[in-house]
Amino acid sequence: MDGASVAERSLLTLQQLEHLILVLHRRGYEVIGPLVRDGAIVYDVVDRLSDLPAGWTDEQEAGRYRLQRRNDGALFGYVVGPQSWKKYLHPGEVRLLAAERHGQTLRILNNETTPPRRAFLGVRACELAAIAVQDRVLLGDRYRDSVYASRREGIFIVAVNCTQAAPTCFCTSMGTGPRVRSGYDLALTELVGPDKHEFVVEAGSEAGAEVSRELARATAAEDVCQQADAAVERAASQIKRRMDTTNIRELLYSNFDHPRWDNVAQRCLTCANCTMVCPTCFCTTVEDVSDITGTHAQRWRKWDSCFTQNFSYIHGGSVRSSGKSRYRQWMTHKLASWIDQFGSSGCVGCGRCISWCPVGIDITEEVRAIRESTTSSKESGHGNS
Amino acid sequence: MSSRVKRKPRIAVFKFASCDGCQLSLLDAEDELLAVAGAFDIAYFPEASSTMLRGPYEIGLVEGSITTYHDAQRIQEIRHQCKSLITIGACATAGGIQALRNWKDVDEFIRVVYATPRYIETLKLSTPIAEHVPVNFELRGCPINKHQLIELITATLAGRKPNLPTYSVCIECKRKSNVCIAVAQGVPCLGPVTQAGCGALCPSFNRGCYGCYGPMESPNTESLSSQFRILDQSNADITRAFRGFNAWAWQFRKASEESERA
Repeated sequence: MDGASVAERSLLTLQQLEHLILVLHRRGYEVIGPLVRDGAIVYDVVDRLSDLPAGWTDEQEAGRYRLQRRNDGALFGYVVGPQSWKKYLHPGEVRLLAAERHGQTLRILNNETTPPRRAFLGVRACELAAIAVQDRVLLGDRYRDSVYASRREGIFIVAVNCTQAAPTCFCTSMGTGPRVRSGYDLALTELVGPDKHEFVVEAGSEAGAEVSRELARATAAEDVCQQADAAVERAASQIKRRMDTTNIRELLYSNFDHPRWDNVAQRCLTCANCTMVCPTCFCTTVEDVSDITGTHAQRWRKWDSCFTQNFSYIHGGSVRSSGKSRYRQWMTHKLASWIDQFGSSGCVGCGRCISWCPVGIDITEEVRAIRESTTSSKESGHGNS
Repeated sequence: MSSRVKRKPRIAVFKFASCDGCQLSLLDAEDELLAVAGAFDIAYFPEASSTMLRGPYEIGLVEGSITTYHDAQRIQEIRHQCKSLITIGACATAGGIQALRNWKDVDEFIRVVYATPRYIETLKLSTPIAEHVPVNFELRGCPINKHQLIELITATLAGRKPNLPTYSVCIECKRKSNVCIAVAQGVPCLGPVTQAGCGALCPSFNRGCYGCYGPMESPNTESLSSQFRILDQSNADITRAFRGFNAWAWQFRKASEESERA
């Protein structure tokens, strides 16, 4: 992870980047990257560079996402789509085991097939931060999730520095982007103009440096590096959405009864979309199914959500029966108790919960409403109006 | 253990005002049908067999809504005959599409449609079975999902709780990695207020959810209606959206009436 070769930045042409996928294939990776499908940029298997969303971008606001044409051929000229890498590392549905009964004996078939070795192409800074959060939750501490671990181990990450931001982005507030800092093997910065299309490449690991050496022959010149840095700076300056995280833990803990929770509950559909698209939400449920003969059974693990009634079901009923208590649980966990539990915020500022909420509830706005009313009530408490 | 050969539990299928689609789901469960036949005595299933054994039955599956005086009497009899009474489909659980009559003048329909109106004896409302007798389980859908039906029968047989979610269609949709058509295309979709179970069928084919599985456990129809207005839906559109197969389910009924009044 150290050494001059790692920090050195090289330059790749579009043609040389084409080789990246080939090199990764040769090293035995299945390459997962962005592609256009069903009106959005999603993550799936990519075989060649032409699979990537060249010339597409996304237009996002609360409760709204639209693909748009760009006036250039940028491959990474979009921000983040509805899916995250959670799709691969912490899948929506996974069979944990199958069992067969023969007379009085029960055979447990541990038939989880080994997941392929994967390379992720186009991982954004907020997404790297999200993977790091899920690493802490699912690999760190005393509990190690084998489903996640088997998929996470040996992942090769090609990160991409954002050179534009969406109105829903707030990574700068969460300290996660738009520049990638760590946790990648290679990091690309795309430079696209009327007469050029090239990529500044940095290696973040020895494996990344090896791949980089196979691809690039040219070192990135000083002025090109400056252009790349300026492009990332531009993305940072485009970010207008803010979440003030000052003492956010105390803010939410001390506002358990704030009227804003009733206000958001009027809008919240309790549909769970925010938790499904969140790249750090990790909750699952386990379902056992049997066949009608009672000789075959399977155990499935599926994404669950704190927005369902069953999630908090204990003897006698659901603890969180109201939409208000469920939204409050989600936001307070994400932004406050996550810190106590895992040592960091559970929010990386990707903005997916804002874009993909069918009614456009904005987590930054909810925090602001609670903070501002709390501040103003303190002020009015001093008798100033 | 008893040395006597255990009698197979009896299952019966009854029909009220309905299209038969739900009971056909049982016949459509090709892979599991033999297993069902092996595990149960299919004692009464006129759609499938002319053999009609008398009750009592361990499981009674009831399809259709109550629309006549005669049916209102008959369901009482059936309830007495069935240890576990399971209603299947939107007609039985919510009154079905025929519950659209509940907002209209039925006598006028009878006068206009039938050559001899005096032959017609019907109730003014189409109502779900649970409004007439206690029901052990309501299996939603128009039509029901055969996998859910098999799961319910299997669980009932095994004495365990069935894995039948009451949360939104969105959860199934997202687990499938679908792109949300409401957000990405502005399509009005009832998924957020509709119960899962269909496997997010329509959104998977680029269509908004029609609400076939009825209201989910905590449907915020008011908020979704406001969003539909943002998506350029008129109040009449919203009323129509909620007046589908589950129009008479109270949450959808309330939503349709609110947009009708608005």
